Amino acid sequence: MAYSDDIRKMYKDTLQGIMDAGLFKQERFIHSPQAAEIDVEFPIGAPLKRVINICANNYLGLSSHPEVVKAAHEGLDSRGYGMSSVRFICGCQDIHKELEARLTEFLGTEDTVLFPSCMDANAGVFEAILTKDDVMISDRLVHASLIDGIRLASALHDTYKHNDMEHLEQKLQLHADKRQKLVICDGVFSMDGDTAKLDEMVALCEKYNAMILVDDSHSSGFIGKTGRGTHEKYGVMGKIDVITTTFGKGLGGASGGCVSGRRELVEMCRQKARPYLFSNTMAPVIVAGVLKVMDLIMHNTERRDKLERNTEFWRKGLTEAGFVLKDGDTPIVPVMLFNAKLSQDVSRDLFHEGVYAIGFFFPVVPQGAARIRTQVSAGHEMHHLEKALDAFIKVGKKYEILGKTKAEIIERYGN
Amino acid sequence: MDANMKDIVLKYVIDEYLEDDSETLTYDSPLISGGIVDSFSMVSLKRFLENKYSISIPDADATPEAFDTVNKICVLVEKFAGK
Repeated sequence: MAYSDDIRKMYKDTLQGIMDAGLFKQERFIHSPQAAEIDVEFPIGAPLKRVINICANNYLGLSSHPEVVKAAHEGLDSRGYGMSSVRFICGCQDIHKELEARLTEFLGTEDTVLFPSCMDANAGVFEAILTKDDVMISDRLVHASLIDGIRLASALHDTYKHNDMEHLEQKLQLHADKRQKLVICDGVFSMDGDTAKLDEMVALCEKYNAMILVDDSHSSGFIGKTGRGTHEKYGVMGKIDVITTTFGKGLGGASGGCVSGRRELVEMCRQKARPYLFSNTMAPVIVAGVLKVMDLIMHNTERRDKLERNTEFWRKGLTEAGFVLKDGDTPIVPVMLFNAKLSQDVSRDLFHEGVYAIGFFFPVVPQGAARIRTQVSAGHEMHHLEKALDAFIKVGKKYEILGKTKAEIIERYGN
Repeated sequence: MDANMKDIVLKYVIDEYLEDDSETLTYDSPLISGGIVDSFSMVSLKRFLENKYSISIPDADATPEAFDTVNKICVLVEKFAGK
C-alpha cells in the first residue's frame, strides 16, 4: 500500500495544525436554492434554519430567477446536458458563439472567448498573450486567481501598492525597456469592496504605452450606470485592453467566465490559453442561462438600480449604528472587527439571530484585518435588510463594538 | 562600502515593501528570511539596483541569501559594479 500509515499521519497532523490555528474551513449545508433567504443545516445534523443570506455573490438576485431557470431548462432540452469535448474539437455550439457576441456587445469590447470559469480565464490569459520579454505589473491586492495565472506565465512580474498611482507610475518607468507592459487589477477588489481608479490607470497606460487587464468579476452587471462594469463607472469603456469576468456572481451565479477585449488578444487565448484548449467547454445549460441573464440586463437597469439603493441603505444603516466599515460604494461592505476570533464569534451569533454572514481572517485578509464581509443583493427586499441590520446591532451591542474606533476595538480584543 | 549606497537601498526597501510606517529596518534586518520581501517582490529590487547602478546581476547570483539584508545587497552590487 503506497498510502502508508506514516503518510496518512503526516496529512492528519497537517490538518490538525490547520484546525489548531483556527483556520479550518467548514461547509454549511444549504437545502434550498440560492436566494435572499436560505435553509441552512449547521452544524451538521442540526434542524434546518431559515436565515437571511448576506454573503453571497448573488448581486443581481438572478441565481434562482424563474426566467433564468426556465431558459436553462429549455437549453437543456434543446442542446443537451454536456458536450463531451473542449471547444475547438467539437464543443462549440451556436449558443456559445451567440453568448460571446452578446458579451462583446454588453462589455463594449472587440471580441470575447468563453472559459469554464473566470479562474480558468485568469489562469490562461497571461501566458497566452505575453512572453519572457514582457512584464506584468499587478496591484498587490488582486484576486488569487490572477496571482495563479501570473505565476504560470513566463513574463517578469512586479507589483504596485494597492491603488497607489504614483507607485504604479514608478513601476512603469522601471520596466520601460520591456517589450510589452501589462498592468493588472481587479475592477472591484473582492475583500475590501473598493474600486480600481481605472481613469487614472488608463491615462498612465497611454502615457507609458502599456496594456491594461481588469478582472471585473465583482462588477459585471451592476457597476456603472448601466451595469457594464468598472470601466463604465470610470468613463473608460473601449479603453480596457482585456476584461476577464465570471458568470458565477452577478451574471447568474452558476459558473463560467470569459476573456473579452482586443480582437487579437482574444484570438491569442483561443490559440494558446491552456484552460481553453484542455478543459471542457461550458455546459449548454449554463450558456442558455447566461443568455437569458443578458436578455434581462442588456437594456434594463432595474435590478442594478435596486442593488444600488439597497447598498446605500445597508452602508448608511451600519455606519449610523456605529460599525467600522471599509470605505466604498459597491455592494461589498466589509464590517471591520480586526480580531480573528471576534469575527468568528460575531458570525456565529449573527447566525443565531437569523443572518448568514461569514467572518474572514488571515490568510484570506491581512493579519489584524479580520472582518465580516457583507454583500448586498438586488434579491434583498427592505424587510430583509432591516432584519439583518437589527441582528447586526444586537450582536454589535453584545460585544460593545458600536461607536468604537479601530484602535478601541483592537485595544479590547487584540488583532 | 559606499555608505550612501546603503542608505539608498534601505530607503528603497522601506518605501517599497513596508506598509506600516511605524516599522523600522536596519542594514542587517533580514528581508527575505524575515518575510519583509518575498521572492516575487525581489524582481523589482533587482531591477532597481540594475537601473540605479548600471549593472547586470545574473539570475544565478540573485539568490534569496544574497538579497537577505541591505548590507549583503550592497556587497552584491559592488561585486558587479566593477565589471
